[in-house]
Amino acid sequence: MSTYSKEHIEYLKKQKKEKRLICFFRLLIIISFLIIWELLSRFEIINTFLSSSPTEVLETTIQLIKDNTLFMHIGVTLYEVIISFLIATILGFIIATILWSNKRIAKVIDPYLTILNSLPKVALGPLIIIWVGASINSIIFMALLISLFVTIITIYQGFSSTNQSYVTLLKSLGANKKQIFLKAILPSNIPTLISALKINISMNLIGVIMGELLVSKSGLGYLIMYGSQVFNIDLVITGVVILGIISYFMYFIIDRVEVLMKKSKS
Amino acid sequence: MNNILTIHDLGKLFHTQDGEIKALESVSFDVKEKEFISIVGPSGCGKSTILSILAGLEEKSKGEINFSKNYTIGYMLQNDSLFEWRTVLDNCLLGLEINNNLTKENKEYVIKLLKTYGLEDFIYEYPSRLSGGMRQRVALIRTLATKPDILLLDEAMSALDYQSRLAISDDIYKIIKQEGKTAIMVTHDIAEAISMSDRIVVLSKRPAIVKKIYNINLTDKKTPIHNRKCKEFSKYYDEIWRDLDVHI
Repeated sequence: MSTYSKEHIEYLKKQKKEKRLICFFRLLIIISFLIIWELLSRFEIINTFLSSSPTEVLETTIQLIKDNTLFMHIGVTLYEVIISFLIATILGFIIATILWSNKRIAKVIDPYLTILNSLPKVALGPLIIIWVGASINSIIFMALLISLFVTIITIYQGFSSTNQSYVTLLKSLGANKKQIFLKAILPSNIPTLISALKINISMNLIGVIMGELLVSKSGLGYLIMYGSQVFNIDLVITGVVILGIISYFMYFIIDRVEVLMKKSKS
Repeated sequence: MNNILTIHDLGKLFHTQDGEIKALESVSFDVKEKEFISIVGPSGCGKSTILSILAGLEEKSKGEINFSKNYTIGYMLQNDSLFEWRTVLDNCLLGLEINNNLTKENKEYVIKLLKTYGLEDFIYEYPSRLSGGMRQRVALIRTLATKPDILLLDEAMSALDYQSRLAISDDIYKIIKQEGKTAIMVTHDIAEAISMSDRIVVLSKRPAIVKKIYNINLTDKKTPIHNRKCKEFSKYYDEIWRDLDVHI
């Protein structure tokens, strides 16, 4: 450490300062937003019945914790997200691999994949409930519909846009399809796979909440829906805030995984 | 010396939706053991196609390719295509892994090659640490790892700057000679071809036929860089330049 030049130490200091500044502004935005919101409701400039207030959200949260229901709802939503995330990731990876290994199948199903991907899946909500039943399975099915096709398309596109010279090289060494996949396609697509995971986790959260809004007895989506039905805006906003925090943490975990993988590589 | 490879009346058509392109009309030449042959020709004349066919990456449309024995082929591509996620050694072992031939002796042979040809300090480094010339040397060792009898070099040096290119062509030439390999090199660089080859096959523009085959006889023939100073060098250069008939 002591071998660094003065200039480098200055540079590090500057970087640190910059980091702190960014952190400060981030906090500034959220804190001032909360303060303004609180003040507006305290002085009754906005109607707290319609738009709640930070303290009321906090009170509702505490109430939910006391009722022992908050973590139950979070748990249910997380459980659904994780199950559908795992299924979508594994299934998406397998299907993308099949499509990569057989161009003919890929070409045949290409238009169907496009239709299924661009179709607004909420439209299928009523059908799913009728077919799968008003249970947790419906919610997972809905999340799968929303996330699976994006996952397949992302991974498949990554696989097929692999540097062609890698493939030529392996072929010139006499590699078969399986070897090409294991030695070049898979290792060169780690970044693609991670970005697929990132898309997948947020898509699954969207899907699960959508499913919960349609049919559920618990979960954060249920909490929000229930709140709106009994016109308890505090509950609705509390649900949304918790959801925001959860989605941030999910993204954060995947991001950490990415950093760890990059570190272990170098 | 005996011919180890005879190519007779080789032809190639490429088919696309928009029509067909005749890349090779009729190409015939032979290759002797431990010979260094260069193929030159106008750009787009199908020189690389010949190597792709020899390496089994493309099907030929007509003609015959005969190896006098069960010779194996090593193909060095234009692009070094080193896998960035593998170390230099692991890159070189790729061919052995694929052929399920990764024995202790073979691995030691590769390590010996890396050490002999100035890559000792980089065996366990990743390719991103290497210069362009070093990358090319690693690519050559990767090709040599499976102990092929015939090396195919496809514009192997063309991605490098002029200085590195001269140096690496010297290196590659030495490695090929020391390891006693037969080589067929495709290049667009006439000087490079004269300085390295025993014979040069000059192709016409597409669809390619063999225009002429030169035996390169230089007085005091040594290494490629040295050969450029030989007195016959410019004579060959002029003749081949005229054969290529480049109109700008």
